[in-house]
Amino acid sequence: MRRPSLGSIALGLIPFLAVCFSVPLWDRVYPRVLGIPFNFFWLICWLLLTPVCMWGAYRLEVRHIPDKDTAHGS
Amino acid sequence: MDPRVVALSVISCIVLLGSLIGFYARSRHTMSLEQWTVGGRGFGMVLVWLLMAGEVYTTFTFLGASGWAYSRGAPVLYILGYQPLMYVVSFYILPQVWELGRKYHLQTQADFFQVRYGSTYLSAFVALLGVVCLIPYLQLQLTGLGDIVEIASFGAIPRAVAMVIAFALVAAFVFVSGIRGVAWVSILKDILLLGSALFIGIAIPYIYFGGVGSMFSALLQTKPHHLVMPGSTPNLGHGWYISTVVMVALGFYMWPQFFATAFTAKSGNILRRNAVVMPLYSVTTPLMFFVGLSALLVLPRLPDSNLALLTLVRKTFPAWFLGLIGGAGALTAMVPAAVQLLTGATLYAKNLYRPLFSPEMTDQQVAKLAKAMVLVLTLGALALAITTSITFVSLLLLGYAGVAQIFPGVVFGLYWRRISGRGVFAGMICGMAVAVGMILTKHDPYLGLNAGFIALCCNFAVTVAFTLLVPAEQRGIEELMADQTTVVEGAALS
Repeated sequence: MRRPSLGSIALGLIPFLAVCFSVPLWDRVYPRVLGIPFNFFWLICWLLLTPVCMWGAYRLEVRHIPDKDTAHGS
Repeated sequence: MDPRVVALSVISCIVLLGSLIGFYARSRHTMSLEQWTVGGRGFGMVLVWLLMAGEVYTTFTFLGASGWAYSRGAPVLYILGYQPLMYVVSFYILPQVWELGRKYHLQTQADFFQVRYGSTYLSAFVALLGVVCLIPYLQLQLTGLGDIVEIASFGAIPRAVAMVIAFALVAAFVFVSGIRGVAWVSILKDILLLGSALFIGIAIPYIYFGGVGSMFSALLQTKPHHLVMPGSTPNLGHGWYISTVVMVALGFYMWPQFFATAFTAKSGNILRRNAVVMPLYSVTTPLMFFVGLSALLVLPRLPDSNLALLTLVRKTFPAWFLGLIGGAGALTAMVPAAVQLLTGATLYAKNLYRPLFSPEMTDQQVAKLAKAMVLVLTLGALALAITTSITFVSLLLLGYAGVAQIFPGVVFGLYWRRISGRGVFAGMICGMAVAVGMILTKHDPYLGLNAGFIALCCNFAVTVAFTLLVPAEQRGIEELMADQTTVVEGAALS
């Protein structure tokens, strides 16, 4: 099976770093943004930023496989 | 009018409407096994999105997320952590699984193991693991549904009656329309769930506190520790958060019903695009947290935290609105339950019964057996839901830890040519043993880490060690991994 490109894997790792491994850095109440504690706010932001990263990964992937998905039959 | 009558009528209307959509979806399609299980592999972007959103957001997200925010506080953030990440993981797995599925006519997760590793026993084991893990999940949906009707009717309708009626409807439309019916019911479910989550998530903090910010301020004054991990728990700290998020993000698409949605898509790129946009649907999750946290201030002493959302809605809004939320909640139980039934039944008939006991069965006979199994599973889950109580939530955790053990076999199967089926088998059994052992002896979390995560690490270690140390027997599809255009004879299941 063809592996995803390194670039797209790197883009997929960004959300993992941001919402998972870095938890000690952002798990705090202050500064509150719009009254929402920082940890809640940070994770809500990444609901919107993760699609941005993955959209980049998608652009990289489809460049490598131009419409091959539909090209070969069963 | 009596508020009970109003609320229940609204719920019944929504549930009936949903079921009618489910039946109607059948028209124009003859129900072969292929059509019933994977919708003829013809779903475009919108239907795949609806189906995934429909089955991923279960009563656990609806009632469980607010309940955890209520009782545990900040550790509930793990839900917001794994939700975007599981779609990231799916981006690198599902399109490849889809490609194999298209080529070898795969319909279930166990089919994937059959074709990749050429081992009927490994495939049957994966099927068995899947069915066993699905039962507590199914039971959880039933319990959630029972809770909803009980609250909405102010206790007038016994939960058992509600569960029986709702699940008779679910079994009926699964029986008739298969996966296509489920996808179409998801439309109604998604609209109702999104709409009501957005509304109550904003309105409830506004009504009681004048806004989300003031709600948090009030909470910081009364319970300052609730909003930072470990919140109101003794041991759910940062280590637990990281290990749980990693375990669930990797394991989530190993639930056989989510894995199988990959096969319904028309192309692999649809699955990629879907993985890109799905995290946006999760915006409803923090709103559920807001409701749960408001409930903590407004109704501080509830006996069961899972009822926090519904009780607060009942206290705040008129009866018809409670009915609307209840109806959304009921569909949120019914749609995932439908997919779980369909997947469990197909796994049993196609990957357990046929290969082990009756290899000469035709696809039509498998389809008949699967439909009969829908009824058996429904009755089984109903019996469990009515006779046992809350402890099944801990069994669901076991289910999560259990299905996560399938991950190494899938990811190595796709990307590591040398991987041996026996290594995967050994790793899976080792991971299962560790997970079951630790959870049943109440060592979860252990040293601050999620037990399922520790089990998954053991699983990876054993799988890799076994593959490197024991010379691989190469049956199955070595060639498949090398050259995608050759179809290996005899490897195809059909």
